[in-house]
Amino acid sequence: MSIVNKGFRRRQGGESARELPPGQHLTADFPVLQAGPTPRIDLDDWRFTIRDGLGSEHSWTWDQFKLLPSERFTVDIHCVTTWSKLDTEWEGVSLDTLFESIETAAAFALIGSYGGYTTNLPLRDLRGGKAWIVYGYQGAPLCAAHGGPARLLVPHLYFWKSAKWVRSIELRDSDSPGFWERFGYHNYGDPWREQRYAGD
Amino acid sequence: MNSMLRWRVARVVHSVRETGSAQTISLNVPRWGGHRAGQHVDVKLTAEDGYSAQRSYSLSRPADGERIELTVQEIPEGEVSPYLAGLGAGDQIELRGPIGGWFVWAPADAASVLLVGGGSGIVPLMAMLRQRVVAGTAHFRLVYSVRSPADVYYAQELGRLERACDWLQLALVYTRVAPPQTVRPPGRVSAADLAPTEWVLADGARVYVCGPTGFVESMTTMLIEQGYQPPAIRTERFGPSQ
Repeated sequence: MSIVNKGFRRRQGGESARELPPGQHLTADFPVLQAGPTPRIDLDDWRFTIRDGLGSEHSWTWDQFKLLPSERFTVDIHCVTTWSKLDTEWEGVSLDTLFESIETAAAFALIGSYGGYTTNLPLRDLRGGKAWIVYGYQGAPLCAAHGGPARLLVPHLYFWKSAKWVRSIELRDSDSPGFWERFGYHNYGDPWREQRYAGD
Repeated sequence: MNSMLRWRVARVVHSVRETGSAQTISLNVPRWGGHRAGQHVDVKLTAEDGYSAQRSYSLSRPADGERIELTVQEIPEGEVSPYLAGLGAGDQIELRGPIGGWFVWAPADAASVLLVGGGSGIVPLMAMLRQRVVAGTAHFRLVYSVRSPADVYYAQELGRLERACDWLQLALVYTRVAPPQTVRPPGRVSAADLAPTEWVLADGARVYVCGPTGFVESMTTMLIEQGYQPPAIRTERFGPSQ
């Protein structure tokens, strides 16, 4: 059941140069949304860790991480709160690079962040050139408010999956809901299928 | 929130001017299942040509049966908010919710509460205050930052609550223009406004901060410097995304 709101119309100039996922609108700025304070992380203390679920850990310090081959790329991002931002430029390390040395039969990943945030996604969504750990945005170091020093970037899913201040990836045989997923947000979050909330 | 969040048709019961740039809209939603203080709804508008737009708005008071209330900040040149502000009794919109389970307060929460709101960020905090009026035992302190007296949402009600409720401390902080008899010169919320007191101890208090991004960033930084624990600070940011 859909009603028509008489007199409501698309704002002039609101058209997008290319198609947006359903229910999204364009924004030129970069809104900040998060559940708590912005953590301040000293680069000397920063670690990024992948746990393979079999008891092995693969950990990188900041200096080690910055030596990994990096990529610069441009993608569109889509937030569940209905804003989309086109042509955002990032720099970071592909998850494919990080997974090169890791053998796993796990099917799921639980992402952990400094500050305690978590989010979950199938491991296949982190592989195949679809996901990065990014530390640069628009040619500058990623600022803390946007997830710096480093955040996950999975642009084909709603942006809450792109965990800010990323700290760890735990590989798992079974799926386990993350922070927003436990509060009723969709477990997978595909913007093109408008999977905002559980049941969508 | 396990079931699918259906779109529902809500009918405007009444709509009143809250300030020069905000409108409080009371809606009837058939079979509304209730919500928790601090939650929001998604509103959807559909044009005659099929174009539709969705935005999130905080619920400004606890549910009263099928009656809910939103306060909408009108964004000049905005696509959705001016249309919502112009609705009258009997008009219909689609919405779904309640949404969000983190930025919420429940009467069973006994910890002291510090609410810090900037501008329209008062809306979900007001829902918590109004919920506390109905039930609960917690002490509340509200620090509410506004540009001028004319920008205060719920002004009369806040004044009444401050006088009537022995569990409430209210600090209005005027950033540009203060009323004539105000001692404090206009200025931003300072560390002193957020300093822990016996009323709201740094240890064990729950803090809710809502407002524009810059406001939330500076408030949370000051709160942590004042000794509040980062895990006890919950934030929600507002702001036009266009």
